[in-house]
Amino acid sequence: MYMIEARNIHKSFGDLHVLKGISLTVDKGEVIAIIGPSGSGKSTFLRCLIHLEVIDSGDIIIQGQPFAYETEDGKSHYVPDKQAREICKKLGMVFQNFNLFPHKTVLENVIEAPIVVNKMDRKEAIDIAEGLLSRVGLADKKDNYPSQLSGGQKQRVAIARALAMKPDIMLFDEPTSSLDPELTGEVLKVMRDLAEDRMTMLVVTHEMGFAREVADRVIFMDNGEIVEEGCPKEIFHNPGNERTRSFLEQVL
Amino acid sequence: MQELFSDVIVPTADYISRIIVPMLEGTVVTLKLFFITIILSIPLGVLLALARISSKYRLLSGAVGTYIWLLRGTPLLLQVFFVYYGLPNFGIILDSFPAACIAFVLNYAAYLAEIFRAGIQSIDKGQYEGAKVLGFTYWQTMWRIILPQTVRRVLPPVSNEAITLVKDTALVYAIGLGELLRATKIAVSRDAVTSPFIVAAVFYLAMTFILTKVFDNLEKRFSVYG
Repeated sequence: MYMIEARNIHKSFGDLHVLKGISLTVDKGEVIAIIGPSGSGKSTFLRCLIHLEVIDSGDIIIQGQPFAYETEDGKSHYVPDKQAREICKKLGMVFQNFNLFPHKTVLENVIEAPIVVNKMDRKEAIDIAEGLLSRVGLADKKDNYPSQLSGGQKQRVAIARALAMKPDIMLFDEPTSSLDPELTGEVLKVMRDLAEDRMTMLVVTHEMGFAREVADRVIFMDNGEIVEEGCPKEIFHNPGNERTRSFLEQVL
Repeated sequence: MQELFSDVIVPTADYISRIIVPMLEGTVVTLKLFFITIILSIPLGVLLALARISSKYRLLSGAVGTYIWLLRGTPLLLQVFFVYYGLPNFGIILDSFPAACIAFVLNYAAYLAEIFRAGIQSIDKGQYEGAKVLGFTYWQTMWRIILPQTVRRVLPPVSNEAITLVKDTALVYAIGLGELLRATKIAVSRDAVTSPFIVAAVFYLAMTFILTKVFDNLEKRFSVYG
């Protein structure tokens, strides 16, 4: 059983055809880096997987459960809201802009979903949250508000917040793109630790170093299509496709 | 007209002590109307705002839009008259105080709904996305994430509305309710002096001063998260 199986995903914004038949399977414990130029559809693809965008056609299956499926008329539908929420809980998501809750402290950000969504006992939620905050190196910031943190610290809180829901799969949408260069390292380190713990991860990123060193598989997307995929060594040292080669020449 | 009034503008302590009791009684009515309106129109305003921005229930949103247009587009005094004098035609007969309360709550809820709508819509859509990927339902997202952040943003305009409300309560004088201005006018007419107006002004100023302070404090409390 795949953790994620996406089949022939199409998505348009008006006249703009953003995803042109993306198919991808993700194994348990696999770390996949999705790279590609801006506007190639990689973030949109990730957002479709967690229902922040709606696909036009194709199927999405999460851990064997249909999440979105194509009907006879060629249009796709997501499963009903309640069921969709249950499936979404298996997925954690980290955004480029963190999307922390500014009116809640660091600790409150992390315990909010377990308490509200999973009806977890507050004490238990705090125990788990404190453990996660230590893990991302922010135990001493638990009573601070997000506005008092650096970008790197915010993103580490966002990762802890997602992990508090005990997801089986983590999606990262350009997690370091809005950070100052000197702050990307601390976030990448947390992600590296997660990868070492065999968390299944899908990472849309411009960090080629991370993709090369941490990913099991690298996917190069351009113009709404998966142009090439393979192990980092192949992609970075011996890309088979001209578009991959010219992209890598530009960014490396 | 002028010569009917005595020359006293600044009231003497002795005179104030004579008129203070009825004026305080009037103030109680003013405050009752104020608190009932505030307490009921805020939750009603939130519900109206949520209905107004609903994309799922278009009809409801349109109906609320019309409601807001009607209530903001006609004088509050007309609405008070309508509830008090007009509704009996439909078999609904109300005493003046409940009639005033109903008109005020309906009117203020319309204004507040627009303030809340603007506040809710000013919250970054990333907040909805952040909540959604954590499994929050629509109501959990609104109640736990969006509305708490909206509070801080709407405090200054709500403070404005609250201050306007204190003074608008004087309108119910027109349906014979014994609120502060009416108590004042009775003293003025009876004693042929204008000084009760000064006392009333001081009363209104005191009420709005306290309100201003209360809202300042609330704003400070809500600014902790920077």
